[in-house]
Amino acid sequence: MKKTQVAIIGAGPAGLAAAIEIARAGGEVTLLDENHKPGGQLFKQIHKFFGSGEHRAGIRGFKIGEQLLEDTEKLGVNVLLDSPVYSIFEDFVIGYTHDGREKAIQAERIILATGASENALAFPGCTLPGVMGAGAAQTMINVHRVLPGKKIIMVGSGNVGLIVSYQLLQAGADVVALIEAAPEIGGYGVHASKIRRAGVAIYTSHTIQEVIGEDSVEGAVIVGLDEEWRPIKGTEKFIEVDTVCIAVGLSPLAELAWLAGCEFAFVPSLGGHIPKHDRNMETTIKGLYVAGDLTGIEEASSAMEEGRLAGIACAESLGLYSEEKARHLKEKVWARLDALRTGPFGEKRRDAKRKLMDLMEGGADIG
Amino acid sequence: MAKGIKKTGIPSWKELKASPGLPDADRLEEGPVAFIECVQEIPCNPCEDVCPFGAIEVGSPITNLPKLYGKKCTGCGLCVAACPGLVIFKVHKNYTDSTSLVEFPFEYHPLPKTGKTVRCVNREGKFVVEGKVVKVRNPKQFDATPLITVEVPKKYFLEVRSIERKRWG
Amino acid sequence: MRVKHHPILGEDRRKEDATIIVDGRKIKAIAGEPIAAALMAAGIRVFRKTPKKNQPRGVFCAIGRCTDCVMTVNGIPNVRTCVTPVEDGMVIETQNGLGKWREIR
Repeated sequence: MKKTQVAIIGAGPAGLAAAIEIARAGGEVTLLDENHKPGGQLFKQIHKFFGSGEHRAGIRGFKIGEQLLEDTEKLGVNVLLDSPVYSIFEDFVIGYTHDGREKAIQAERIILATGASENALAFPGCTLPGVMGAGAAQTMINVHRVLPGKKIIMVGSGNVGLIVSYQLLQAGADVVALIEAAPEIGGYGVHASKIRRAGVAIYTSHTIQEVIGEDSVEGAVIVGLDEEWRPIKGTEKFIEVDTVCIAVGLSPLAELAWLAGCEFAFVPSLGGHIPKHDRNMETTIKGLYVAGDLTGIEEASSAMEEGRLAGIACAESLGLYSEEKARHLKEKVWARLDALRTGPFGEKRRDAKRKLMDLMEGGADIG
Repeated sequence: MAKGIKKTGIPSWKELKASPGLPDADRLEEGPVAFIECVQEIPCNPCEDVCPFGAIEVGSPITNLPKLYGKKCTGCGLCVAACPGLVIFKVHKNYTDSTSLVEFPFEYHPLPKTGKTVRCVNREGKFVVEGKVVKVRNPKQFDATPLITVEVPKKYFLEVRSIERKRWG
Repeated sequence: MRVKHHPILGEDRRKEDATIIVDGRKIKAIAGEPIAAALMAAGIRVFRKTPKKNQPRGVFCAIGRCTDCVMTVNGIPNVRTCVTPVEDGMVIETQNGLGKWREIR
């Protein structure tokens, strides 16, 4: 059977960053991804990133992705595309498929960087063609260069809802409104300001009551919510749209971590069921590491740093780095991660992550 | 404008005035100057990095709101293109006796042509006044963030922050 | 509708050099793009009908996870059109229910 030193599952920002660290340390790494192209969601991010210079701030997401790919190529990382991993068996034997055939590869260490998937929302008409995830719309416009519709309503004001609304405008669509069930906008004010300036109305304390249409979306009815989040009769408003984008959060794609036997914790602020991990990104299964959105919904910048952390810790465990060298490298990554997790938006994630890592020491469940 | 950024996506005048990124009244009278409308603490400092004159300070932690040192600012506009949030503008209050210039980022297609009359909008995207396009600059260095400068009647220089996306006149 | 001019991504220089047949109708497409993208560009939104209630379904996640976009392609049912690349001459049919396997020539 094929063998490798480190198998990384998921070639998005976290997986790519981890692969680069292992390769730099002199390790042999195989990167597996179910998609036709590596990069995960990173290549859809056509906006300039935040952070500081060392986080590559001011550079568009897809350009950072191109840099990561260049580095993996230069370092000779082996990338297996169109290779969905369907299980992790005993002794770190990874089962995957390729070209309709079942294959296996055995690794000494595994890093799971499988990311997250969009949540759905249930309401009458939610199955009509034209109702899709905000990420789906982003994929269609930024990767495939096709508009999913002409008149769009966005549901959800987190960073995904806000930034995809902006990108839909850039692609030439008319985003008629963005609605948010909570009384306040969830994502960055600067994203919201951009779309307000472009004439997009933002309705907080509103939700979708139903979507109307025969064969596809023809309109949406939104309704106001009171302080108890109950619909207020009389506030129903019909908006003519042909597309409804749903941006109501992401959930980690944790199937492989479950199958491998990792212990989980339920952390709502990080997106749901998260595999427990320590400051080395190692799970309760020795030799199995995790990084990126799988370990809590954040952003591409933190995914890359966590990938680096997992890669360095993994290399250390294989003896490729001395404890001192590894500590030095990890400290730098932690400093950058901590810088990203500051301020009113980052603090909550920092605290949730701290509690998650404490659990590895046997702390009480977060709840 | 009273409700603020968390509720409406637009900073209120109170939030703007509390931001250290606005030039003071004296500096506004003297030529073009940056106008930084950054009112939320997010980890971000490209504006500080890009300014060649040290006129913007974020410091540590990088969530600090950027502080503008009006005296050092030459109004070059590099920060306007560098801000990932697209919330830095350049204003030239006394361009003429009756008109001001406002420079803003505009990442849309198509770009208006110099000399054309355009419909200028405020932070809510609402039309306020017609203006003339004085300059459109889109060098490679800006990485696809073109900057448009419009000339508007002076009383609108604090309001106009973009143009309508569809009609250019 | 295709996004020909994009302020960040630039001009789309790809050519619609492939033809696919969708429910008997010839549609131009770009070889290698996902089938779902070609259909979306042509304004087609209903990809299949559900087995019990015959309700319309189309793209939802666009990354091959939800299977809402499946159609019958070259006689094979339940093909995820959002991750399957277009080939010149492909025969695509709106799938009714679970679809039917047909002999592949």
